[in-house]
Amino acid sequence: MNDSATHHSATENSTANDMVLRAEHIDVAYEGYGGARPTRAVRDVGFELRRGELLGIAGESGCGKSTLAYAVARCLQPPARLTAGSVIFHARDGGETDLLALEGEALRAFRWNKLSIVFQSAMNALNPVTRVGRQFDDIFRAHRPGMSGPERRERARALLDMVGIDPARIRAYPHELSGGMRQRVVIAMALALEPEVVIMDEPTTALDVVVQREILDEVERLREELGFSVVFITHDLSLLLEISDRLAVMYAGGIVEYGPCERIAAGAGHPYTQGLLRSFPELTGERRALRGIPGSPPDLRGELTGCPFADRCERAFEPCRTVAPRPVPLPGGGYAACHLHDPDHIAAAAGPLHEGSQS
Amino acid sequence: MTALDVTGLTVDFPQPGGRPFRAVDRVSFSLRAGRTLALVGESGSGKSTVVRALSRLVTPTEGEIRLDGARRTRGADYRRAVQMVFQDPFASLNPAHTIGHHLHRPLLAGGKARRGADVQRKAEELLRSVNLTPPADVARKRPHELSGGQRQRVAIARALAPGPQVLLADEPVSMLDVSIRLEILGLLDRLKDERGLALLYVTHDLATARHFSSEVMVMYRGEIVERGPSDEVILAPRHPYTQLLASAATGSGVSREEARAARAARLAARARRDAERREIVVGDGCRFRPRCPLAMDACARRPPEAEVGPGHRALCWLPAGAGTAGSTNSCA
Repeated sequence: MNDSATHHSATENSTANDMVLRAEHIDVAYEGYGGARPTRAVRDVGFELRRGELLGIAGESGCGKSTLAYAVARCLQPPARLTAGSVIFHARDGGETDLLALEGEALRAFRWNKLSIVFQSAMNALNPVTRVGRQFDDIFRAHRPGMSGPERRERARALLDMVGIDPARIRAYPHELSGGMRQRVVIAMALALEPEVVIMDEPTTALDVVVQREILDEVERLREELGFSVVFITHDLSLLLEISDRLAVMYAGGIVEYGPCERIAAGAGHPYTQGLLRSFPELTGERRALRGIPGSPPDLRGELTGCPFADRCERAFEPCRTVAPRPVPLPGGGYAACHLHDPDHIAAAAGPLHEGSQS
Repeated sequence: MTALDVTGLTVDFPQPGGRPFRAVDRVSFSLRAGRTLALVGESGSGKSTVVRALSRLVTPTEGEIRLDGARRTRGADYRRAVQMVFQDPFASLNPAHTIGHHLHRPLLAGGKARRGADVQRKAEELLRSVNLTPPADVARKRPHELSGGQRQRVAIARALAPGPQVLLADEPVSMLDVSIRLEILGLLDRLKDERGLALLYVTHDLATARHFSSEVMVMYRGEIVERGPSDEVILAPRHPYTQLLASAATGSGVSREEARAARAARLAARARRDAERREIVVGDGCRFRPRCPLAMDACARRPPEAEVGPGHRALCWLPAGAGTAGSTNSCA
C-alpha cells in the first residue's frame, strides 16, 4: 500500500492456488502533445482474478476500463505508457510470471498461449482480405510450429464447431459472415490455444440483443467446459449483474466499488454505482421516475483533489471535495471508495448508508 | 389529434441484377400530438428507413403520408413540420460552425426570427429550453467543446427551431453514455408535453421504449409484427419475435440463479445452426418463420394481423387461430 489516498486496490486475501492473475497499483498515462499535461487514464488500480471466475469491469467511456485491460495484456501502444504497477500471472502448474518483466520472445510466447483478448468490434479484429481458416492458421504457425497442415485445419474446424459455426465456413471471408458470426469467430480464435485468461473488451456492444444473448450464452457454456477465467469489460452494468461472479465499477481511472455481484445487485455502496443502476430502466418492473446522473466526469489531466465523483454526487458532504476517499470494506464483501462508509467521516454524513435493493 | 398519418408505406431499394430489396413493407401508423410512439427492432429491420421515408430523405415506392390530413409532403412546410434528431451527435453537427450558427440557420430559413438581436435571442431561448446554460456562452462554442450529451441537446434544439409538429428521433441516445441517456430521453419527453409534439422514438432498447412511450410497434424485416399499448406489447408479447426480444433483453431484474436456469433452457432449445439459419431467404409467408420456435405449416402463407387485445395486434397465425387451439404461449 502506498501513501496515496486514491488507492483503489481490489485485492483481497485468497489462497494463491485459486488465483490466476493479480494486478496491483497499475498506473497508465497518455502522453500529451507538445508538452501538454499527460492524461492519467488509470490511477493506482489493482484487481485479482480467480481461476474460472468471470470478473466484470463496468464503467462509462473514458473511465479507463479498456486502457486497464490493454495494460494487463501488455498491448499498450504509445502515447499510452504504463508508469507503475505489477501484474503477476499464476499458471495452472504453479509457476509465477511477472507479466510486466516479459520481453521479446518470452512475451510473444506468453501472449495468446496463456492470455488472449477478444477485441472490441469483431469487424475490425478480422483481416478482411484473408479467409477465416487462414487466420486460424496464422495462430498455429506462430505458436504451434510442430502442427502439420491437416492438423491445423482440423483444429480450426473443431474450434468453429465449438462456437456454433458450420466448420465449412473455414473457407469464408469475414464479410460473408454476419456480425454475430464474426464475433463467434473472434472468440474461437481467442480460445484456440486454450488460454487460462481471456479478456473480453465490449464483445457484444455492436450486436443486436438477440445475438448478444446468444454470444453471452456461448461464453458461459465454454467457460464451464474449458474452465478459463474471463475479464469482461462493458458499459452495460445490467448485463454484468447477470453474468459476473465479481464486479468492479470504474470511474475517472479508478475502481470506486468492487465486490461480489450479488452484494452489488442487492445494495450498491457507492453513489456512482447506485446512479448507474438507476440509469437502466427495468424491462418488466414497476414504472418509476427515471433519472440518470447529471454532469460529466472530471478531466483526467493532472491531479484530482478529493473524490472524483463529488461534483456529480447528490450526497456529497464536507470531506468529499478535499479528501480522497479510501476503499472501505462493506458487509457482504468487497468495498466502496466513499466517505459515506468511512467511520472517520461517517458522523458528518446524514441519511442511511445503503440505498434499497435495486431489483 | 393526429399529426401524421402513414398508410401502406413501402420502400424498395434496387439491387444489382435482381429483384428490388423491400426494406419497408406496407407499414401504417399514426403519430398523435403530445404522444410518443416507439418503433423497436434489430439492425436491418427497416426502422431507420421508415424514418428516412418520413423525413423525405428516401422516396417511398408506395404509400401515403398525410400531415394534418393533407397530402402536402413535397413543400418546405412539410420539412419544417417534420424534424429529425439523428443518432450520432458527433457526426450531425458541423465542426466548423458555432452552436449559435447551427440554430440561426433553421430559425432564419423557417421565418421564425429576423436577423440580428432577434435571432440571437430566439437561439438562446432554444438553448435554455434544452437546459444548456448559460446560453450565450454555449452559443459561442463549437461542437468539439461539448460532451456527447450536450451535443445531442444542441441537435434537439436545432430540430425545434423551425417549430415542428412531428419529431423523429432515430436512436437518439444509443451513442451516449448510460448515465446521461435518461436525461436526454427525459428532455425529449418534457418537450413533447410542453410543445405538443408528436414523437416517433426509434430504438432497439425495449426497456426505454416501454418507459417513454404510450404505444410500441415492433418491426421485423420490414414489417410491423406487433403493435399496441407499450405495457401490453412488452409485458405480454404475443408475437414469437417480440417474445424472443423480451427474453433476450438484459436487466430484467432476475437473479443470477434465474439467469443461469434461463440460459440452460435456451441452450437446450436452440438449434445448433441457429446463427446461420436466419440467413435463409424466406420468400412468401411469415418472415420470422425460419427462427420461430412455434413455426407450423400455416406459416408458409402471409399471416394476418390478429387482434389480441384492445388496440393490441400481432402479425401471426397463432393468435389468428391457426394450428391447435390453446397453443399460444403468453409471456416469454
